[in-house]
Amino acid sequence: MSSEKKNNDYLLEVEHLKQYFPVHQGFSTIPLKAVDDISFAIRPGETLGLVGESGCGKTTVGRTLLRLYQPTAGKITFDGKVLFDSGEQYDENGKMIVDANGKPVMGKKVDVNMMPYRKEMQMVFQDPYSSLNPRMTVEDIIGEPLDVHKLYRNRKERREKILDLMELVGLNAEHAMRYAHEFSGGQRQRIGIARALAVNPKFIVCDEAVSALDVSIQAQVVNMFEELQEKLGVAYLFIAHDLLVVHHISDRIAVMYLGKMMEIADADELNANPIHPYTLSLLSAVPIPDPETARKSHRIVLEGDVPSPLKMPTGCPFRTRCKYATEKCGQEMPQLTDRGNGHMVACWNK
Amino acid sequence: MSEENKYILQVKDLHTSFATDAGEVRAVNGVSFNLEPGKTLGIVGESGSGKSVTSYSIMQILAETGKITGGEVLYRGEDISKWNEKQMQKFRGEKCSIIFQDPMTSLNPVFTIGNQLMEAILLHTDKDKKQARERAIEMLTLVGVNEPESRLKQYPHELSGGMRQRVMIAMALVCEPDILIADEPTTALDVTIQAQILELMQDLQKKLGMAIIMVTHDLGVIASMCDEIIVMYGGRVCERGTADAIFYHPAHEYTKGLLRSIPKADNMNEKLIPIGGTPINLLQMPEGCAFCPRCESAMKICLKQQPAEFRVGEDHLASCWMNVKEIYEAQEGGSNEQ
Repeated sequence: MSSEKKNNDYLLEVEHLKQYFPVHQGFSTIPLKAVDDISFAIRPGETLGLVGESGCGKTTVGRTLLRLYQPTAGKITFDGKVLFDSGEQYDENGKMIVDANGKPVMGKKVDVNMMPYRKEMQMVFQDPYSSLNPRMTVEDIIGEPLDVHKLYRNRKERREKILDLMELVGLNAEHAMRYAHEFSGGQRQRIGIARALAVNPKFIVCDEAVSALDVSIQAQVVNMFEELQEKLGVAYLFIAHDLLVVHHISDRIAVMYLGKMMEIADADELNANPIHPYTLSLLSAVPIPDPETARKSHRIVLEGDVPSPLKMPTGCPFRTRCKYATEKCGQEMPQLTDRGNGHMVACWNK
Repeated sequence: MSEENKYILQVKDLHTSFATDAGEVRAVNGVSFNLEPGKTLGIVGESGSGKSVTSYSIMQILAETGKITGGEVLYRGEDISKWNEKQMQKFRGEKCSIIFQDPMTSLNPVFTIGNQLMEAILLHTDKDKKQARERAIEMLTLVGVNEPESRLKQYPHELSGGMRQRVMIAMALVCEPDILIADEPTTALDVTIQAQILELMQDLQKKLGMAIIMVTHDLGVIASMCDEIIVMYGGRVCERGTADAIFYHPAHEYTKGLLRSIPKADNMNEKLIPIGGTPINLLQMPEGCAFCPRCESAMKICLKQQPAEFRVGEDHLASCWMNVKEIYEAQEGGSNEQ
């Protein structure tokens, strides 16, 4: 396999990533499979939208990518360098390679120190109220990443850099000495974005970055994300539950359900021709802000709730709510397969 | 009198303010609307627009610092804003119920579902405990909770968000009220669960015939649910009309801006057009139109004078000077141009 060429095409590549959390139940400890064997890749300057219901593991994916959690297994490659590799090897069909005893054949383990890479990958958080330190001024909040990575020679340069960043996200220079509580939600989110941009990253995880904002302010911030991408060429993993916003901002969209990847496709393609039954019902559930379409459209209402991730159904996790489910769905989780033009779907029946 | 009978609820020039350390906050500033039986009225607005305070004022469940400072709330022609607490207790639950945004915090965690459901029944009807229990099971079945009998013994934390919101709806409808106020009923829920709850509310409305006041910031929810819509900004109604009128012929600059700023099927590959500026500060309300500081088409008169409601179509009113721009400019002699 020409893995070298592959690495050059993508900025970030995730293969068979698993993130389990131990949950104590009485005397026993069982794993909560928040992210279970997912693979995807992001090109430089691209926006990948990640959608799914709450508890599907989308935030965990973002945090694991930045290594805020220690991954349970899998491989993360960023900009051609392997940041983490637990060593399991997989064949072309995505099956784990095992030896005669059924034990996985282990390759080289990699676990790098993330400090230098933090300059390359940053995060914007959901809640603009709790993600800014109330005891720091805006100047210090935006300056903190510069301090950590020692990205200036003197105080003057530090201040200049901070003012440049503030201008970039549309804040006035006189805001520099104020505290976070003096700002509205939209302005706070701008401070959070300026902080993420301070180290000039190539990749930013936006974890529900516009969800807490009012509709009219949301559009301002969405536009700003798009403008910054044009200007700086930064790639985003845009995690959100609002499908209309995700469709608007993303080049491609990935759909997750209970820790598994269900479908990845080009944003327009996914909205026009969703293939996976879960994507179909998810899209039909989105209330369309247009009375005419709303009257005509027909919601595919899913029965029941998302199963508990501690009592995950066998095989495909969606089968308990899926009207197409067959016996095969209960036995094995389907792999993501390409249905043309990079439209990847994991479903046996569709 | 006949007009009064036509409406189940009339709100006339309602004013509500809150006393804070920083001064008096006028959260609701002269809101009026009429609600017909069996219809759905949508109140849409951003945070701080006064949409929730309006609904709390109707129910008289404001926080201690809040006070209704003016206006009337008529239920079947009777002014309930003058009622005492005892009369209001009968009104709440029996005639008018409310479901709140957050199903996680609006149920009492130390009582079982059954206990909380039966409390409302025992309080408002003369049913005994056994009958109340039957009624509770009946209601849970109606809202689509499976195994209702065993649910009665469960505590709120044992249920999922969607289930809890169903229990809240069951609790609100248990005495068959004429009016259901839904204050952001699906904001805390996932889209698939939201679809279930909205479907359920429409279904129950058909079965029980109650009127719904749907308070939300989500234009998508409003578009699919409501017969009539009022758009609020800064504690005032800026536009009112049918869903089609508001979405297809918006006549207030704020409504226009709001509709432009949301992603829709037809603008997916274009830039969104946001409303500039920051949300309103209720402590520093402008003298004229509340939206004026953020409005691109603002004229001189907008700064000075609060516009009246101008009729822009059948059952479609908008409080925006832009609708009488020609008349105004003719009076001013075009002095506005500079």
